[in-house]
Amino acid sequence: MPQVAIKAKNLDKWFGEGEAKTNALKDVELEAYFGEMLYIVGPSGSGKTTLLSVLSGILKPNSGNVLVEDVDIWSLDADKLADFRLNKIGFVFQDFHLFPRLTTAENAAIPLILRRKDWDESVREAINYLEIVGLKGRADLPPVKLSGGEQQRVAIARAMVSKPDILIMDEPTASLDGDTGNAILSFVHKNVLNANRCIVVVTHDSRIYEFASRILHMEDGRLTGTEKGTA
Amino acid sequence: MKGILKLAYKLLVNDKAKFTALLVGITFAVYLMMFVTSMFFGVLNHASANIINIGTTIWVMDPAVETVSNSVGMPDYVLDAVRSMQGVKYAVPLYSGGALVKLADGTYQSVNVVGLDDTSLLGRPTLLEGNIEDIYAENGFIAVRDAEFSKLENPHVGSEFELNDNRAVVVGIAEVATSGLYGTPTLYTTYERAVQYIPNPRYTISYVLVEPKSPNDIPQIKQQVERLGYRARTKEEFMQRTADFFVYQTGGGTNMLIMTAISFIVGLSISGQTFYTFILENLERFGALKAIGIKNRDLVGMILFQATFTAFTGYGLGVGLCVLLIWLAKLRLASYAAMLTYASLAIGFVMVAIIAAVSSYAGIRKVLQIDPFSIFRG
Repeated sequence: MPQVAIKAKNLDKWFGEGEAKTNALKDVELEAYFGEMLYIVGPSGSGKTTLLSVLSGILKPNSGNVLVEDVDIWSLDADKLADFRLNKIGFVFQDFHLFPRLTTAENAAIPLILRRKDWDESVREAINYLEIVGLKGRADLPPVKLSGGEQQRVAIARAMVSKPDILIMDEPTASLDGDTGNAILSFVHKNVLNANRCIVVVTHDSRIYEFASRILHMEDGRLTGTEKGTA
Repeated sequence: MKGILKLAYKLLVNDKAKFTALLVGITFAVYLMMFVTSMFFGVLNHASANIINIGTTIWVMDPAVETVSNSVGMPDYVLDAVRSMQGVKYAVPLYSGGALVKLADGTYQSVNVVGLDDTSLLGRPTLLEGNIEDIYAENGFIAVRDAEFSKLENPHVGSEFELNDNRAVVVGIAEVATSGLYGTPTLYTTYERAVQYIPNPRYTISYVLVEPKSPNDIPQIKQQVERLGYRARTKEEFMQRTADFFVYQTGGGTNMLIMTAISFIVGLSISGQTFYTFILENLERFGALKAIGIKNRDLVGMILFQATFTAFTGYGLGVGLCVLLIWLAKLRLASYAAMLTYASLAIGFVMVAIIAAVSSYAGIRKVLQIDPFSIFRG
């Protein structure tokens, strides 16, 4: 039986009040396991990104709780929650959010720098991860000199550099063409996923479903079904 | 924290266009503030030149005197009365007035003549050439080698000229701590010769220079002089009175305040707006840092560091630019009345600290407000 990485119970999240109230999550329950690549899919506005934010300690639910490795993350204070995200979770954002004024290696080293690790040591370690994601020789370039796919790889290196237990990927292929998106997810599946890591991917790109261990379908803030992936 | 500050530093300086704009704005503002205040302090210093150069403890004068260069003659009995006052160690007369010198080429040059007490020569300058005793020689004058020296055609010991149609001989060349404000050369001679050569109204004593027996006697000397109908001021009080005249009665102080305020507003506007734009452009990335796990206090530290680093680098450059331009100006015009004082440095420092505080406050507010969830929403 695989170990539970994330356990969410009775999650409710709404925005606005009164007539403007919008229910983004309605009584959501899920479990994500180490060693799996869990996809959350659904149409735009179905609540995927809200769910991802709640699971990763960024957006507080109105009710329910989230246990990550048996820690109720929403009972932590702001500083401890920030530490939790820094140490346990790696983020790959849809638009990469790389700093254009830093080199590729410095961008990838950011989580280590935020952990107060020595600058040079952090950059050296980040360069190792850039090699892993196939960007050897690009370490000194600014992100703007890289293609979209390469920037996404830098974002993955940045997410991996702190060796997180959980990797959160928000629409990782939205800014990429089909082939590049496929190559990125293939790379993540082969090189990033392991028995001690859980990867949660939010997407509506059906071309990358082949890498999913499980696929959760969402609609109108509810989980409407689970599908076993092909990977 | 060192790595986080280095991250802040790189984010700031690697954005060369913004960083340059920030530095130019602050440097220019600091330069203006420094320059205006330096000019003003320079003017005040030069205006008090005679007080500084003569350097006695107490000056007795007519109550109407507002600056050292505008003396009002006092009758001789004032000197006698002061000499008899309790607490007075000694008191001597001083003459200070203007005269016209006819130069060798036939042109006239106005000069400031200081007549020192014949007996004591109290307040005499430091001689560079000649002997002080020669001041008693016939027609003896000592020329001061300051910024205005060349206006007397660079005289040497033995040079002769006409002073108010009297023959004058340079018997010594001296130096003083500060040259005057009005760009006129200074000649020292004895009190008797000064009043003899220069046409005067009935009363000839410009000031009575007093040395008290001890500093504790100063208050009672001031009271006694007051009862006599005159005013006794310490050197510092007289310098302050002269400064007050220029600050409050000439509009100089108001002009300096206005210019300093304008410089401050210009600096604040440029740097505040540029820094705020810098924060806005990086807002999403700061949001990404928040999502990744940076703490709010570290973010605040980054922004404070960026604002402070920019402000004080600009401060250094502004002060440097001001020093450079004053130095260049003094190469061309030795009597250029600009003086960089600790006070003007302190004023600039405080202004820059305020600019840094206001700029970072706006940035910090914005960054703390950003919700990392917005990074996911796109």
